[in-house]
Order: sequence, then C-alpha cells, then structure tokens
Amino acid sequence: MDLRIHGAEATEEERAAVDGMLGPPLTGWVGGARAEEGERTSHGGHDAREQRHLLLPTLHAVQERIGWISPGALNYVCLRLTIPPAEAYGVASFYALFALEPRAPTVVHVCNDIGCTCRGAGELMRELEKRVGPPGEHPDNGRAIWLESPCLGLCERAPAVMVAHSGEDAYEHVIAPAGADAVLEALGGAAAPPAPPPDLPQPDQSGLRLLRRLGQVDPGSLSSYRAHGGYEALRRAIEMGPQAVVAEVTESGLQGRGGAAFPTGRKWDAVARHPVRPHYLVCNADESEPGTFKDRIVMEYDPFALIEAMTIAGFATGSELGYLYLRGEYPLAHRRLGDAIEQARVHGFLGEDVMGHGIRFDIELRKGAGAYICGEETALFNSIEGYRGEPRNKPPFPVDQGLFRQPTVVNNVESLLNVLDIVDEGGAAYAQIGTEQSTGTRLFCMSGCVERPGLIEAPFGIRLGELLEMAGGVADGRPLKAILLGGAAGVFVGPDALDLELSFEATRAVGATLGSGVVMVFDDTVDLVPVLLRIAGFFRDESCGQCVPCRVGTVRQQEALLRLAANRPRGSVADELALLGEITEAMRDASICGLGQTAANAIDSALRVFSPFPAAEVS
Amino acid sequence: MFGAGGGTSSYQEIEETDLIVLWGSNARETHPIFFHHVLKGVHNGARLYTVDPRRTTSAQWADLWLGIDVGTDIALSNTIAREIIHAGLADMDFIERATTGFAEYAESVEEWTLERGARETGVPADAIRELAHAYGRADRAEICWTLGITEHHNAVDNVFCLINLALLTGHVGKYGSGVNPLRGQNNVQGGGDMGAIPNKLPGFQDIERDDAARARFEEAWGATIQPRYGWHLTQMFEAMERGDLTALYVVGENPADSEADTQHALELLTGLDHLVVQDILMTRTAELADVVFPASASWCESEGTVTNSERRVQRVRKALDPPGEARDDIQIMCQLARRLGRPEFAYASSEEAWDELRSLSPMHRGMSYRRLEELGGIQWPCESEDDPGALFLHGRLWEEPVRGPRAPFMVVEHDLPVDELDDDFPIRLTTGRRLDSYNTGVQSGGYASPLRRPETLDLSPEDCERLGVVEGERVQISSRRGSVVAPVHIDPNLRPGLAFMTLHFPDQVATNVLTIDATDPKSGTAEFKAAAIRVEKLRLPASELAPGHETIPAA
Repeated sequence: MDLRIHGAEATEEERAAVDGMLGPPLTGWVGGARAEEGERTSHGGHDAREQRHLLLPTLHAVQERIGWISPGALNYVCLRLTIPPAEAYGVASFYALFALEPRAPTVVHVCNDIGCTCRGAGELMRELEKRVGPPGEHPDNGRAIWLESPCLGLCERAPAVMVAHSGEDAYEHVIAPAGADAVLEALGGAAAPPAPPPDLPQPDQSGLRLLRRLGQVDPGSLSSYRAHGGYEALRRAIEMGPQAVVAEVTESGLQGRGGAAFPTGRKWDAVARHPVRPHYLVCNADESEPGTFKDRIVMEYDPFALIEAMTIAGFATGSELGYLYLRGEYPLAHRRLGDAIEQARVHGFLGEDVMGHGIRFDIELRKGAGAYICGEETALFNSIEGYRGEPRNKPPFPVDQGLFRQPTVVNNVESLLNVLDIVDEGGAAYAQIGTEQSTGTRLFCMSGCVERPGLIEAPFGIRLGELLEMAGGVADGRPLKAILLGGAAGVFVGPDALDLELSFEATRAVGATLGSGVVMVFDDTVDLVPVLLRIAGFFRDESCGQCVPCRVGTVRQQEALLRLAANRPRGSVADELALLGEITEAMRDASICGLGQTAANAIDSALRVFSPFPAAEVS
Repeated sequence: MFGAGGGTSSYQEIEETDLIVLWGSNARETHPIFFHHVLKGVHNGARLYTVDPRRTTSAQWADLWLGIDVGTDIALSNTIAREIIHAGLADMDFIERATTGFAEYAESVEEWTLERGARETGVPADAIRELAHAYGRADRAEICWTLGITEHHNAVDNVFCLINLALLTGHVGKYGSGVNPLRGQNNVQGGGDMGAIPNKLPGFQDIERDDAARARFEEAWGATIQPRYGWHLTQMFEAMERGDLTALYVVGENPADSEADTQHALELLTGLDHLVVQDILMTRTAELADVVFPASASWCESEGTVTNSERRVQRVRKALDPPGEARDDIQIMCQLARRLGRPEFAYASSEEAWDELRSLSPMHRGMSYRRLEELGGIQWPCESEDDPGALFLHGRLWEEPVRGPRAPFMVVEHDLPVDELDDDFPIRLTTGRRLDSYNTGVQSGGYASPLRRPETLDLSPEDCERLGVVEGERVQISSRRGSVVAPVHIDPNLRPGLAFMTLHFPDQVATNVLTIDATDPKSGTAEFKAAAIRVEKLRLPASELAPGHETIPAA
C-alpha cells in the first residue's frame, strides 16, 4: 500500500466531493490543513485499511459531482483511504460507468443489446448518429454525448436509454421506450419523464404472490406498504424465532433464483450456525444478465418488501448488517430503496432495536458501477470491499468466508422476496406450489418480439408455450423463430420447445436453464447471427480478465464468429465450428467462475439448434 | 544483546507476533526484505507502531506513528517505561527472576511523566501513552531498530533504552517477543560473528576477558593474541590524527565517502604512510590507495557463508569466475599472509576455513556445510551436529531458576544531539537511505532504477514557503562544518524544521560535509542522524533555478 502519490492534485470541487462521502480529513498528513508546528502523530494501519470498502462509493461521489475521475481526484481518494494509486486506478478502471478522462457532464447511455435491438434500438442509434453524431462526439459544445451500452435491464420497455448528468445538480434517470426526439431533449438537459406503471402483462392477476402489491402500493410510503400487509411477516418471524424461520425456509424447498438454484434454507442454516462472528447478509441486486429486469421492477414498485425480507434474513441468520448491492444502471430503484431504508430506520424497522424487539439490523445500499461480473457472488464481495470485482476461488464458500472473509449469506432479490410468504403461510404450504423439485412461483422476464413484454409470475411447471400465450404470443402474430431462455448465459430453444415444462429439473434434463428467468422471443424476421455476435461481444467486454480460459476464450469465440459471419472462415466452416466447440469446452471446464463457464452456452446452443453457418457454405 | 550481538527473534516470529515497534527504522525502504516479514505480521493482525522523526513510508503503514524530535529516543523510552510501571503493566515476576538493577532503573525513569516526555520528544502525551499501553499489554511484541537508534553520539545508550523496555515487560526470550537490530547488508551479522569487530574473537568470544578462548585460538594458530581490544573505525581515525596509525588495510569499506565530516576524513586518509584497499570496485577510497586488491563479488563469485539478521548462517555458492585479476577474499588474505611469512595460511577450500572456525567458535560448532545445505541455513548458537539451532535467543531467562547471568537494566540519561540548533543553524538535518540506493552508491549506483532521483535536500512545504524556494531550486546548505549546494525537494511527509538527505550520491552532493563526527564512545558510531543546518536561497538568475533535468547517469 505504498502511497507513491505524486503529481496531480485534486481541485477544491473534487476534494469537496470526496469529503462529502468521507467527512473532512482529520490531519494534514491525509489532506487536511497542516498544523503550523507540524503534527507529530498519525493513526493509520488497520483502522485506515478498514475504510477500503468506501472506495467504490467515493469514486461514485467523484464521478457524480465532477463527471470523471481525474488523476488528482484519485490521488486524493487514495490519500484519504490509504490505498496505493495503482490499486485504486485498477478499481476505477474496472467499472464501465466511471470515466477516467474528461467527459461531457451529460451522458446518454443507449442500450444496444439484444433485447432492445429487437425493438428498434438500431433505428434509434442510426437516427442519433444522423442528428447528433457518432457515439462519444460532443454535439453541444462538449456538454452532452451519447454512448452505446450493454443491456440496461429495461427490456420490457425497449428501446431504452439511461441519462446521467454530473455536477452539483447531478441526476440520473431512464427513458424507455426512447425515441430520438426524447434522447435529443435529454442531451439538452430535459427533466426525467414520469415513471410509468409496472408492465405486468398476464391477463389473470389473481394468483400473483411476489407481484401482488405492484401497482397497488405506493412505493414511497411505508404506511401504504403496511396497509397492504407489510411487516406482518417480520412480526411473525420474530414470534417464531430465528431457528424456526430457518426451518420453515428449509422446508419450503426454496431454491435460489439468481441462476444457481442452491437451496436457500441450507445457506441460511450454515450461516446461522456458524460460530465465527459477525455474520453478514448480502442481497445480490446486481441484476445484469441481458434480458433480465424482474428484480428491478419489484424494487422500483415494492421496495419495502425487499427491505422487510432482508430484515427477516438478517434476523434468521444472526446478521446485524445487510449489504444491498444494486446495479449501477437502476437509478429509480436506487432512489426508492434509499428512501425506503430511510423511512424504515425512522420508524424503527431498521436499526438498533427493530420493531422494539431488541433486534439489531441495518442495511447499507451499495451501487455497482457497470460490471456484469459483479453479479457473481464473490466478485460482488470484492466490489463491496473496494477491490476489483474479480471472483474468488471457491472453496472457501461464502457461508464460511464471504464478505470481509466472514460467514455470509448471499441471496438474490427474488429469492429473498419469497421468504415473506414462506414465513406467512409456512414452509409446507409454500412447498405445495410449483413442482415437487421446484417449489413456489417464478418471475419471468418476457421481452423481445412478444406482444406484451413485461414481468409474469407463474408457478414452476408452467409450459413455455403457456407463458408465451400469457404475454400475448409473438408480436403481430408472426411465426416464432427462437427463444433465448435464461439470458445471455442461457440457451436458445426453437419452436419445438414450447412444451417444455419450466422447472429446474425439467430444464436441466434437456440441457437448458431458467437462469435469471429471461424469456426473450425472436420472430422469423430476426437474423440470429448479429444476435450471437452481440452476445459474444458482451462476454468479451464483461470478462474480468482474471483467468485465462475466459479472458482468451471470450475473445477467440467472438473472433471465430466474426469470421463466420463475414463468410471468411479460417480453413473450413467445419474447422471454425470445431474450434468454437473446443473453446466452449475449455471455458466450461477451466474458468474460475460462472461467467466463463457459461459464456459459450447461448452461442453453442444456437449453433446446434439453428445451424446458422451451414458447413455446406464453405467458400 | 547480553553478550552476543544479534537480533533475538526469527523472521517467522515477526510474522506471528501481536505487535511490532519499528523504532528509528524506515524498514520499508532500507530493509525491504525484512519488511516483507513485517507485512506478513501486519496481514496476520499484528499492530505496527513506528517511532521516527519522519513520517516515512514505513510510518504510513503503521497503526500509530510517533514523530519524535531527532535524538530524543531515550526521553521517549523512559517516559514509556514510567507509564508501563505506573499502569501496573511491568512483568514483576520476570523482573525479579531474570533481571538486575530494576529499582535503580525505576527510580531513574520516575521523573519522566507523560507531560515531560511530550515536552522533550514533541510527541503528544496520549500517543506515548497509547504505545506504552499497547506494548505493555501485548502478549507478544517485537522491537526492531536500525540506524535511527545507532547513528547517534549515544548509540549504545539508545540501544539500552529499548532493551530496558523489553526487560520491563518480559518481551524477550520467548516466541514472538524480542529485540532486533536490523542488519543493512546480507552479511553485516556475519562480519561480527567472524570477529571483524575490535573486541571479540570469532563467535563473540571476548579478547580481553575470555582467557580460555584466547588460549584455544593461540594454540590453533600458533601465535600470540594480545589480550587487548583493538580500535573501532572511529578510534582508527583518531589514531591517524594522532599519528599512531600510519598504515591501513581497508576491506570492502569506502570511508572516503561514508565517514562523517568528509573533508577531515579525506585529509587523514591521504596522510597515511600506506593504504591498501581490497574491494570489488574502484571506490573513492581505492583511488587514494597505494595498493588495490581487486576482490571477487562475494554473492556470486565466491564460496562461503553469510549470516542474516535472524542469525541464520547460509551457504553462498560461486556461480561465476571473477573478472580480470580479481580474486576471492580468502585467497587474497592467505597469499598476503604467506608473503608475510605464515605459510600455514593455505586453505584448500572455503569449507576448510569454515571447519577451522567451527573448531574454535562453540556457537558455530554444529554447522557443517552438509547441515547448512540440508537445513537451508542454521541459526546460531548451534553447538553440536544434533543441535537444530536457535529460533530465538535468551529463552534461559524464562527458566526457573535462570540459567546463566541475569539481564541487567541499564540506567540511561536523555542527552540531546551534539550539534545543537540555534538561530544560525535552525533546521535539524537527518540522513538516511532510499529504497533504490545503498549507502554511498558503490553497490547500487551502477544499476538504473525507475525510482531513483538525484540527491536533494528534502524540506517541508512550510520551510520551502518560508525560504521562498520551489521544487528543484538549488540552495546552499550549511552546517558548522561546511556547506554544500543541492536542489530542494518539497516533501509533505516532513514537518517544519526537519530536513532529510541521503549519502547515496557523494559525487553530486557530499552530504557528509555537513554531518558531525561526534561519535559514541562505546560503539564508535558517528551521529549521522543529527546535524544542525541553515538553508539559504542562492541568488541566481531565474534561468538557472529549478533546472529539473538533473538526472543520475545510468550505468
């Protein structure tokens, strides 16, 4: 941690941004005013290094206020947090949303990912290029630019853009669906459009469980949440006691909804029993899987539900602090969760004495900064701790050594939301829903060429075709070509899969996955090749670069696809396909984390199901 | 300490201790390998305290840094001792069983209240108290020091004051607790072990007092050894001044650059009747010599052993033939001896010379070349071939009753540096090393380093502002002995009134023109750490200020 700080110094404004997050510096040695006679002591060491977790929030503060993170600002952050500048640079440059070179104060991030391109993102970008100029150009005296962005998690309202404005009047908001006119107005500083109601397309909403309050409850009001039955579950949990809560969750058969489907009860039990203290709870709200928006909608329209569910999880597992790690591209969810946490604190639902029962639990809301890999649980820990969001080797598993190397229970947003009903009705009753091995309901993100995109909640076991019907079928009644199940890390299936039962066991049996609940529909007009290229480009960009199979494999995969797409295979098409097969195998077998292990799934499945590059076409 | 000159602890203990005090040591830069062990300790949870006038890069790692005035170490130690005693943190059982002189010591520190300590050292009382309590309460604690303690006119007293703290709390002689002088080169320890000190035969056997040992050497060597201490380096220079020393054989030293008060040292060296220098490079001293013996580089062109700071004797193997006429040190000395009429100086190998040492130095007896190789080095003492060596020293102090002599507390008095500050010389100059260079640059100057920058006078931003000087501006620096000109470097890690220079670039800036040759009477070390200086702006045209392009010629 040698602090070799030289050269650039922070401006007054940059220091103010940092001090706003960290408080004023205490001594002249760390950037404060120097005493005339000189100060003869300084505290640092372990205490200083324990501040490391404030690095990411502090970088956010600088980015928000200044619009970019200058070397001077970075130096000052390092001085305050005793972090070597080289390491802090490594962290800052890890995240897509941080600019390390001067940039216009207003930036419009335009989603160019597969969900939005199905619904006009291409036309939007062409229009912008015509009327504004190419991405990154400064059309308006350097005050505003637009940039291309991977999936913004707004696929139900595609095409989507996110507006980020830095300065003393910093703001962030999204526009979706976005037309060129709206983007131009945003570049000119137009205010945020009002948030539309949630898109819940299923005709019969009587059976909704996780979604039942959406659109009914006022997301900005604790009182409204309580009027809709809020905090009944926490009261019930406190009456039952932590062990009984863990037992009910175990009995419910609830499995993680983030993609890995690990039994939630087993995680909770392991952490609850762990003799090492303190325990931590981490809610993984870094929903970055292209095509996924389920957690965002619930957090935006029913934020208190997640707060209550986290409180129950903390209570049950003996965790007194929960970190809610939200992806950086969700400004509305960030505002609403922040407000909800504050209200819950004021009313004693969080803090030193939760609901007057002497339970201590609080939540820290942390914001990601544009890194898909941070959805991987151990990468997420590193991100919170102020390191590059690179996954760790497992074991040790999070239940033994997770956040800050302490026993940690980490759950996806949707997994946690289920806990409310499990506590209310009991694990046994919950287990009646769904199939034998996949209990409960599932949130499905319907997007792409579908008549009514949005969020559908259905019990496990529903058929893919039924789901498609609930969303009104393929848009404009066109023939179905393909469905991407589970996101960019999922698999493509063809029309013959409409009978597929959507449960963990049934999808596993056919080599598919539910992943994060993505159901992205492509009609017969869609050319799958650009879709595959976009997915390959996505993984190449998002690979953290830590392990070779993924760092190199994702690049080689994209290169091979580009050659095939250009009809310029190296050797024959068969050779290229064989090469892709080998890359797939190497990444699956040898990558450290799920990103590399699944980076070839969608492409591999598409090649097998649709043969977009018939070997006969050898040039 | 207590007889044998070596650190008491092993590196492994530094990694597994609870508290490390770096006192007068910027180990991060000057003992980077040792500091890796410190970092492992810190990583394992050890608290790190540094005592140093400068907020060094080591201090920046510390849980607490105490920025004392230069030369007030004894005041700080005595204050800490009083606080430990008054807080009931002294280990009275250990003191009664294993030490002597406690009552007198306790009485001597009684006047060192926190307030007085703070006044004398400049360190706030609560910081002194924090270190006292942390050290007194730690289960395991290590004190490590280097030249910040020993390059003073009262060097030995400074060392005693640290050992006193260890005795007071029982932080010596058990795993994870000890007192450790860090060695600046790979074989400084080995030099002392082999008797290259004026008062000991190899194996720390006293020339004057240990008649039996002397007799053994006399028998083995067939020669008479005078029961009289020799001169240490400073005494040699004094003897040159008196005219008692007229011929000098210098092996691997560069006193023409490294002695304090350079001008004076050069006069004495050039006034010798005969000067012989044996070195791997043509140093400034070698340039003055009548005869130069080119020697092989001991780390790659010689067979032998070295001993590191944890008393570990390790084998060194020859990888290259020395260039030109350079020869192994043993060969040079043996040939010289033979020409002087002692034909028995004829060792067939370095191992044969080593085995002779083993027959005469009990602490090395069990260290055959074979065992050194097998065990990856052995820590002395190792008295027989089934002795694994010693992880730490002085475990005997914890035996009941204590085996051997008890460890004495030494009453030491606070005594400010000789070179006093006054209106004419208001700034305290302290000297030291940087990570990328070593001493006078003989061994490091030949290599380029991306970190290396030219010699500068490092000053606090406040002093620079007061003097009206900018980064890189050349200034005149004067002490009571002489003046040099050097560019200024603004160092925000210095407090006002404190300046820093290195000795790395004697060709650019002869820093030792400024330093004082006040020396410790017992160890002979000069007070390189404390000179009083005045800094003056040079009246130069603007075009010659802050040249900024001065660089060290890379070899």
